[in-house]
Amino acid sequence: MFVLVVGGGKVGYYLTKELIESGHEVVLMEKDKARAAHIVDELGSIVVAQDGCEGKYLRQAGSNRADIVAAVTGDDEDNLVICQMAKHHFDVPRTIARVNNPKNEDLFRHLGVDEIISPTRMALGSIEQDIPVHELLHLATLENDLEIIEAQLQSDSPAIGKSPGDLTIPDGCSLFAVVRDGVATALRADTVLREGDKVIAIGGGDCEKVLHEQLIGAGNGSGG
Amino acid sequence: MKFVIVGCGRVGAALAEAFDNGGHEVVILDLSSRAFDRLSEEFKGQALRGDGTDEDVLRKAGAEGADVLLALTEGDNRNVMAAQVAMEKLSVGKAVAKINDPVRAAAYAELGIATVCRTTMLTDSVLAFLGMRDTGMPAVMAAVPHVHAEA
Repeated sequence: MFVLVVGGGKVGYYLTKELIESGHEVVLMEKDKARAAHIVDELGSIVVAQDGCEGKYLRQAGSNRADIVAAVTGDDEDNLVICQMAKHHFDVPRTIARVNNPKNEDLFRHLGVDEIISPTRMALGSIEQDIPVHELLHLATLENDLEIIEAQLQSDSPAIGKSPGDLTIPDGCSLFAVVRDGVATALRADTVLREGDKVIAIGGGDCEKVLHEQLIGAGNGSGG
Repeated sequence: MKFVIVGCGRVGAALAEAFDNGGHEVVILDLSSRAFDRLSEEFKGQALRGDGTDEDVLRKAGAEGADVLLALTEGDNRNVMAAQVAMEKLSVGKAVAKINDPVRAAAYAELGIATVCRTTMLTDSVLAFLGMRDTGMPAVMAAVPHVHAEA
């Protein structure tokens, strides 16, 4: 596999190193000459010390025969352009972009970037998982703004003693599983919810608000 | 007509004033409020500090449904992104991005945004002045009608 990595910061450097170690052919583009020279010292002459946003340098680096282009610079707009040029101008089959502003994730997908890496989103996810009680946990974000959310029922949850049919859950939000004493089971019509249950839901838009009202209770947390 | 201009450099400021003088509605954005010193006292449009590649900022600036968005910052890629946000997310009628790399300028015209390339423009002007053959590339490239490749 021939991978073209653009951006020789920390992410680009370690990505290149790992790829070489697993036997792939890699070229790294880094426009800062001093940084590029430093990486050559460490990893050998696999560095093109040019701006990967420039069409002619992308070509020089071999983009038209790359299997994957990974744009991992610190600037979202650069990463977008690198991926679009790779995809549409050099027919690269697979493009990966680092996205720093989570708001850009949708736009990038919409504009044809195949894979999004979002350090900000990952850090947010970890932080939210570190806050154990009351709040809803965002377990994963899927396409089309869908999220998988976990709600842990406290003793004052309005859902305790109720079955799914007793709750008012609108379309666009679906409760599908419950984790009780570490055992995951599908949420059935006759499941009676108890304190300590973790209810797993999938949905978009107002789903979080609904879960907060129906499973957490008005008095707890901010809903955010 | 409603014009949104991203980047208040010499060209951005001059166009903002020209549209304003022509009786059009103009909003101009720049990351630095000092850039607005380039606008004359008589400028009646809006000058807003903000990042023109940010969808929310553009929306607040009233870019949604504008007739034309011109992306004229110093960064080719910022311009590309602003123009694409305008076309894809804000239903702007026409977007033009300044792209100084001729390869990128040609590529993005094919991807649905009109581009203007200073490199091509200056090169051809000088070659023409010297009586030599120019590059043959248009200075402003119209957008090829956009067919979006769904993933």
